[in-house]
Amino acid sequence: MILSIQNVVKQYNKYLAVDHVSFDVPKGSVFGLLGPNGAGKTSLIRMITTITGPDEGQIFLDGEKLNSRSPEQIGYMPEERGLYKKMKVGEHLMYLAQLKGLSEAAARKEIGYWFEKFDIQDWSSKKIEDLSKGMQQKIQFIATIIHKPKLLILDEPFTGLDPINTNLIKDEIAQLNKSGISIIFSTHRMEQVEEMCEHIVLINHGKNVLYGEVKEIKNTYKQNLYRAETQDALPLDIADHFQVKEISDKAVTVQIAEEQKNNQLLEFLMHRGARIVRYEEILPTFNEIFIRRVQETVAL
Amino acid sequence: MSKLSLIVKREYLTRVRKRSFIIGTLLAPLGLLIYMLVIIGLSSYETGGKLDVAVIDEANMIHQLPDDKGIHYLQSNGKTLEQLKQEVKDGKLNGVLLVPPIPTLQKKEHTVFYYADSKLAPEKSNAIERKIADKIRDFKIDSLHINRSSLDMLETEVSIDPENISSSGEDESKYTAGVGLAIGGIMAFIMFFMVLMYGQMVMRSVMEEKTNRIVEVMMSSVRPFDLMLGKIIGAGAVGLTQVIAWVILSTAVTFILPMILHVDPAQMQSSMPQGPGAIDPEQAQGDALRIFAELGRQNWPVIVSAFVIFFLGGYFIYASMFAAIGSAMGDDMGEGQSLTLPVTIPIILAFYITAFVGVRNPDSGLMVFASMFPLFSPIVMPFRMAFNPPWWQVGISLILVVISAYFFVWLAGRIYRVGILLYGKKVTLKEIGKWMFYN
Repeated sequence: MILSIQNVVKQYNKYLAVDHVSFDVPKGSVFGLLGPNGAGKTSLIRMITTITGPDEGQIFLDGEKLNSRSPEQIGYMPEERGLYKKMKVGEHLMYLAQLKGLSEAAARKEIGYWFEKFDIQDWSSKKIEDLSKGMQQKIQFIATIIHKPKLLILDEPFTGLDPINTNLIKDEIAQLNKSGISIIFSTHRMEQVEEMCEHIVLINHGKNVLYGEVKEIKNTYKQNLYRAETQDALPLDIADHFQVKEISDKAVTVQIAEEQKNNQLLEFLMHRGARIVRYEEILPTFNEIFIRRVQETVAL
Repeated sequence: MSKLSLIVKREYLTRVRKRSFIIGTLLAPLGLLIYMLVIIGLSSYETGGKLDVAVIDEANMIHQLPDDKGIHYLQSNGKTLEQLKQEVKDGKLNGVLLVPPIPTLQKKEHTVFYYADSKLAPEKSNAIERKIADKIRDFKIDSLHINRSSLDMLETEVSIDPENISSSGEDESKYTAGVGLAIGGIMAFIMFFMVLMYGQMVMRSVMEEKTNRIVEVMMSSVRPFDLMLGKIIGAGAVGLTQVIAWVILSTAVTFILPMILHVDPAQMQSSMPQGPGAIDPEQAQGDALRIFAELGRQNWPVIVSAFVIFFLGGYFIYASMFAAIGSAMGDDMGEGQSLTLPVTIPIILAFYITAFVGVRNPDSGLMVFASMFPLFSPIVMPFRMAFNPPWWQVGISLILVVISAYFFVWLAGRIYRVGILLYGKKVTLKEIGKWMFYN
């Protein structure tokens, strides 16, 4: 485990922001920290990054209880991010790298590496305010990972990025992950979770409401729905044999409770001589699971 | 390098390298230089215009007047007023001065007449009046048969020379109070100006970090207290740099200027304030020397070191409060006015107490209190220091200021760490008060 959150509580004045939350982030994984706005994600991240401390419970980074040296092993790109506008790019990266404990020489080497990688050597003496928004985000990203953290926390990393830069950063995240860096990915955009994360935790009203492996969760929440599309019109008596959820001229969605009989619809249609265009099991999207869980917990 | 020193270094360097800082630091003494050059240039400017003036001395009081301010006095040589007026019209003369006799010696006002078509400049008219008044005075002295030397004896200049009764006190001269007032006033003003200016600079900078959203990035690397303290120390160092630069440059200017103009500095000082004729040049040279002597007699090491300690104390107290207020403020500068008021009022009050009470009596009860109350003392005590206050009062004041500085920095840290991470909320003073007690 790169990160272990154990029974953590955080209270602001009388408002319970984080309520006995526990979860583990496996080493080398891409981990999704999900939740609607105001769920307690930022409170949680602030505790992980030692900006604040938990009122109760404990947090372990790579087996060690969080301490004053922990920030140097964490790279954090907050949702609310910015840079000193009047500073030059090179100076700014040097400053942030040194604050993360890098020596001047080591920082210079890293800056050189990233400048070359992104092909931005000529930016070094430009002022931040003279860069475009997308360029600033790139610098922000470099600043986050320049000290080679063990754990990278990205809070809504793609907001404000155009598709090209989004892909560039996505590729970079994938590469960093491959090189062994664990990544916590905080977002409320579910399609990104499905694309990138192996594990997730869903927080709502400060509580852990869903936690586990993405594949498993999808399996748990699937409703055994199967969908078939045919070339011609569907047989008319299909509703007599199956529990139909949705039907149109040439497509049908049915629920088949017993998993071992998941080919039944296909067999039925083939038996009737229908020409199949497509046959699939419908898995719930994370968006649906997310909304369902959030609604369930609100109802509680 | 520790994180705090990295922050201090950045805060210091970014400010010192700013064009506005360099211009402000260089321009202030340069402005002083230009100001002095202009004053000297203007006061020594010859208003020009030579006048030939014929004098009709009806009572024989005047005799020959010496030439002065470009006025050349001619005797009438028996010519009548009408003849002389004609000479003016012909352009041979510029004007005719008619001095009628004084009716009695008791008369204290006398009118003389000047005939010309062009107006007499105020400077020339003053010169003529003064010259004629002198002559009439001489005439009266002679007419009353007064002995000139016994008359001189009547005039006495009185000045108070304060002497301490206890032997420990230094001997003071009549210049001590004036010089003390000047030194104290300058120190109080610099203190007031620096604390207010640099305190607000810290506040703006904190707000900027918050609205730029850089603070969240910084928080994941450094403790909020370090970020705040680093900013306060960095900006304070900039302030000290500026004061030191001003002192060095101003000293250089005052020494270089006389060399450029080939003027004796003592004379320059005396001719500067009140224009010509107000101070007797010989007397002035003596005054200047005695003022210099008085300046030299001041206990500079004590004054300067006390000034630095009070500056640091006052600066830390107010800058930390400004930082706390800045952290609580949102993106809107306008809403902050009500929050900054409680911080700016004591500074202004301290300055007013000094300016309106201290100047009249630096040892009055209110001044003694204000010079020890830590919110006022950084401005008030340096002023009193120039008047040799009892050492125990200075001691208490110093101890209180140092303790308060620690306390306020600590307090501000508690407010700052809550405020800096709070977005999108209007904050009241009451709320800020609550933050102090958060865990």
